[in-house]
Amino acid sequence: MAAPPREELAETMAGARHTRVPSRSRLVARRFLRTGQGRVGFALLASLFLLAFLGPRAAPWSATDLDFTAFLQPPSASHWFGTLQTGTDVFAVTMSGARRSLLVGLLVAVLSTAFAAVAGSFAGYFLGWTDRTLMWVTDLLLVLPAFLILAVMSPLFTAGRWLLFVAMLAAFLWMVTSKIVRGMTRSIREREYIQAARFMGVAPPTIIFRHVLPNLASLLVVDATLNVSAAILTETSLSYFGFGIQPPDVSLGGLIADGSATALYAPWTFWFAAGVLIVMILAVNLAGDALRDAFDPDAGRAG
Amino acid sequence: MAGFLLRRTANCILLITVATSLAYLLAATALDPRSNYEGRNPRPPAAVVEAQLSRLNLNDRAPLSERYLTWAGGVLRGDFGRTWNGDRVGADLARRAGVTLRLVLLGVVLGSVAGVLAGAAAAVGQYGWFDRLSTACAFLVLAIPTVVLAHMLVIGAVWLNDLLGVQVFLVSGEATPGLADGVGAGLLDRAKHLVLPTISLALGQIAVYSRYQRNMMLDVLDADFVRTAMAKGLRRRTALVRHALRTSLIPAVTYFAFTFGSLLVGATITESVFGWHGMGEKLIASIRSNDVNTVAAISCFAALAVMLASLASDVLHAVLDPRVRVG
Repeated sequence: MAAPPREELAETMAGARHTRVPSRSRLVARRFLRTGQGRVGFALLASLFLLAFLGPRAAPWSATDLDFTAFLQPPSASHWFGTLQTGTDVFAVTMSGARRSLLVGLLVAVLSTAFAAVAGSFAGYFLGWTDRTLMWVTDLLLVLPAFLILAVMSPLFTAGRWLLFVAMLAAFLWMVTSKIVRGMTRSIREREYIQAARFMGVAPPTIIFRHVLPNLASLLVVDATLNVSAAILTETSLSYFGFGIQPPDVSLGGLIADGSATALYAPWTFWFAAGVLIVMILAVNLAGDALRDAFDPDAGRAG
Repeated sequence: MAGFLLRRTANCILLITVATSLAYLLAATALDPRSNYEGRNPRPPAAVVEAQLSRLNLNDRAPLSERYLTWAGGVLRGDFGRTWNGDRVGADLARRAGVTLRLVLLGVVLGSVAGVLAGAAAAVGQYGWFDRLSTACAFLVLAIPTVVLAHMLVIGAVWLNDLLGVQVFLVSGEATPGLADGVGAGLLDRAKHLVLPTISLALGQIAVYSRYQRNMMLDVLDADFVRTAMAKGLRRRTALVRHALRTSLIPAVTYFAFTFGSLLVGATITESVFGWHGMGEKLIASIRSNDVNTVAAISCFAALAVMLASLASDVLHAVLDPRVRVG
């Protein structure tokens, strides 16, 4: 990049004294919220979070309560979303499932993206044997059928050990991103500032965490967002077959599986859980797409 | 070139071997075939259970390494062992692979063709009504999980059948058993069974392909060679189809090979909801029935499918893009 002419540089510096230059995160946030997609996605996500975490406090029933006077009843003033065959309140249990799905999605996304960033950047920076080993493991995990492995391991996730499930799910989601990170690291490591740091004797891990990864921040943030929906979808299909989140925890996938059996004559058992899931994924995808545009320097819209 | 291919093939075989072995070891540790016998009523004598489990190489009291070696020896001779109640694993899976292929083929082809066309049309009329509509639809479809979509189709079909008083769509199985009214009726019956699962597979694919293809097409539309083609006097339509679309098809084609490979085992939900007895359904059943050998065989099949798919996508890429062959 050519240096700006002297006068222009002086002008920018003078301007900088008067108006605060917006930070990158502020710029991205502003561009994110300017698009319709970003606003809708953000609003949907925020209201889902509020509903899932605060809604149950306002509702008369909790997810573990059974109402023995109302089996499989349609929505009413007492049961906002109706009841299941066991007398469970559908609103309470759906919100409980949504809470679990949101938590699983967020944790898995953060974990898998972090892992992808570390594995990919180390492979791309060191090359040689580190690269070959890490990429071989990546290929192996791509070849292993994730659904089957997670399903076989499902007995381990009982008794509230859903965090183990989160870790295993994350272990099968990082591979593709790490390949992209590796490729980008390979080109970044030839840049002057990295070479300068290397010749000054900065330790390689410091270079990676201080100079390489911040340069990939936009890719990683967008990837983490999209991983949220991927994680929620995988969790749902595993839980649908009873291999995911285990009782006493409930998840939307399990609710949809139970509800689908009674959907024809008691639609409220199926549609509320399905609807919450659809809105959740839609919101995450919209936010991810708007975020990608906001980070993209070629989007053509300044500030 | 020959050396590269050889090394690549060797690595593929190594990956499949390691992946299958890991799956076997995990399944043999985590699953418990003994409980299948002990859950029976009347309960078989302990010695019988023991002998049966040992005969099938499923005895959890034998060391894992010994069971693994017996199993691996069998696999090398092309024998994937037996299920927990003594049937051959290989024969059953071969039949099921056929069922899955018949289910997936139409959905994948339909989904990719329709998706590519929709994406290309959206790119040509960027920011027009079709572009906006298809983008909105793609977002909506991508937000609907297959589980929900499949059940929505079933609910919709039952409602429509009731409304019309005729069985337009059939929602369970591959064909009606015991139907013997000639070839025409048989084919119609199969088509009625196939419509809904195909839609449930194709819709998601259309959404993905249309997003991909739209982006690729937008990149190509401004390229010099498209402008040159039109400057030479080619009509806009011909230039777009012959030059722009053909070039921008490459990623879609490689993606096609990949989805096809993963769906051979990954159509689990569609198969379960619509009652097709294919690979995906067997995967669930084998884990539920603690069927170690079947789980390992399905893993091997899945690994093989993914490997062949990635190989096919590389070959297709090289065929379509001369730059890859030179480079």
